[in-house]
Amino acid sequence: MARLGEGLWVTLSISFTSVGLSIALGVPAGLLMASRSRLWRRAMRLYLEFIRVMPILALLFLMYYSLSSVFHVNLPARLVSILVFTLWGTAEMADLVRGAVTSLPRHQWESGRALGLSEAKLNLHVIVPQAVRRLLPGVINLTTRMIKTTPFVFFINIPDLVKVAQQIVEVAGMRDNMASVWVYGLIFLIYFAICYPVSLLATHLEKVWQS
Amino acid sequence: MLDFGFIARAAPLFAKAAELTVTLAFTGIALSAAVGLVCALIRHLRVPVLRRLVGLYIELARNTPLMIQLFFLYYGLPRLGLLLEGKTCAIVGLTFLGGSYMAEAIRGGLVAVSEAQIEAGLSIGLRRRQVLRYVVLPQALAVALPALTATAIFLIKETSVFSIVALPDLMYVAKDLLKEGHSTESNLLLVLSYLLIILPISLILGWLERKARFAGFGS
Repeated sequence: MARLGEGLWVTLSISFTSVGLSIALGVPAGLLMASRSRLWRRAMRLYLEFIRVMPILALLFLMYYSLSSVFHVNLPARLVSILVFTLWGTAEMADLVRGAVTSLPRHQWESGRALGLSEAKLNLHVIVPQAVRRLLPGVINLTTRMIKTTPFVFFINIPDLVKVAQQIVEVAGMRDNMASVWVYGLIFLIYFAICYPVSLLATHLEKVWQS
Repeated sequence: MLDFGFIARAAPLFAKAAELTVTLAFTGIALSAAVGLVCALIRHLRVPVLRRLVGLYIELARNTPLMIQLFFLYYGLPRLGLLLEGKTCAIVGLTFLGGSYMAEAIRGGLVAVSEAQIEAGLSIGLRRRQVLRYVVLPQALAVALPALTATAIFLIKETSVFSIVALPDLMYVAKDLLKEGHSTESNLLLVLSYLLIILPISLILGWLERKARFAGFGS
């Protein structure tokens, strides 16, 4: 059990670091996507499409094994996993931000200016609160998706929940025939226990803020 | 630079693996769509008891990673007396996951069909079954199409974990070739293979979506 706890901690720390970084980087990236500059829009679009088409696992392989041979930099596995998840999360987050900002009707800006608000006040009191409302359910969904993607780090030998579970099954399997049922069943429930409340929150917010 | 001899040697391996990936993905997507449609209808028609079970299934499948589901199917179930081979596991797992996403996508379409449409259908003398078949479903599926295609692409990408049930898919081949040391070349082939599979499908599905939108409904 204690070992599973350690694995869970690895899983969660990778998830939340990546989610945090993705949100922090995704907001400016999303603003670039919604910007007037065509070049920026095109470039961001290309980045998003490439990330969307690639399975995350393939990206993880690409980063983990090719970075070292092409650029001769050897990054620790955990850093690579956070890098890859952040790269993906930022793209998805940016698209959410773009959606939230462009879905606001133009008259919100126009009436704010007509009232004589300064640009800073306009953004702070009018645009940001509305955009955040439209954004939050999507961000929460993205969080659960990212948590559900973390088992992939198993493939680059990070001792996450799955790896620990596998090791426990290997050891306990000698004594207890049913070990794999219990352990993998438990992991299944742990993931469910983490993701289900989070997605409930997203559905709830969507309902409350639907106006 | 790139070792083209190695690429020429490895390319057929990737082609074969891509075939497996595509076959499994398409089987899984087709079955997911069927499971999803049945589940969505059960919830939509409020079938007693069954709809609770379907609700539970959808929440379980949507909130757990495919990899863990596969681990349970492949390593857990044999202990309970149900031995599934790798391919069956992969398809069952993908369908278990995909069915729930498809069900949610279709449900989104079903709730978008207005009550007036159903009442109009009934008032011109259609039976409930006919209203469902000729009025509700065509409109619901058109509305659900973007979500359905997104799910299809998502499922293709999810196949990348199949190597844990010992299937020689694209990731498996890539991992195998890494041992020979040509990581750049094999990763290049890996990325290329996925691009070649997913990009055309995503373009075709995007075209299909636009078609359905111009067909008059779904707006």
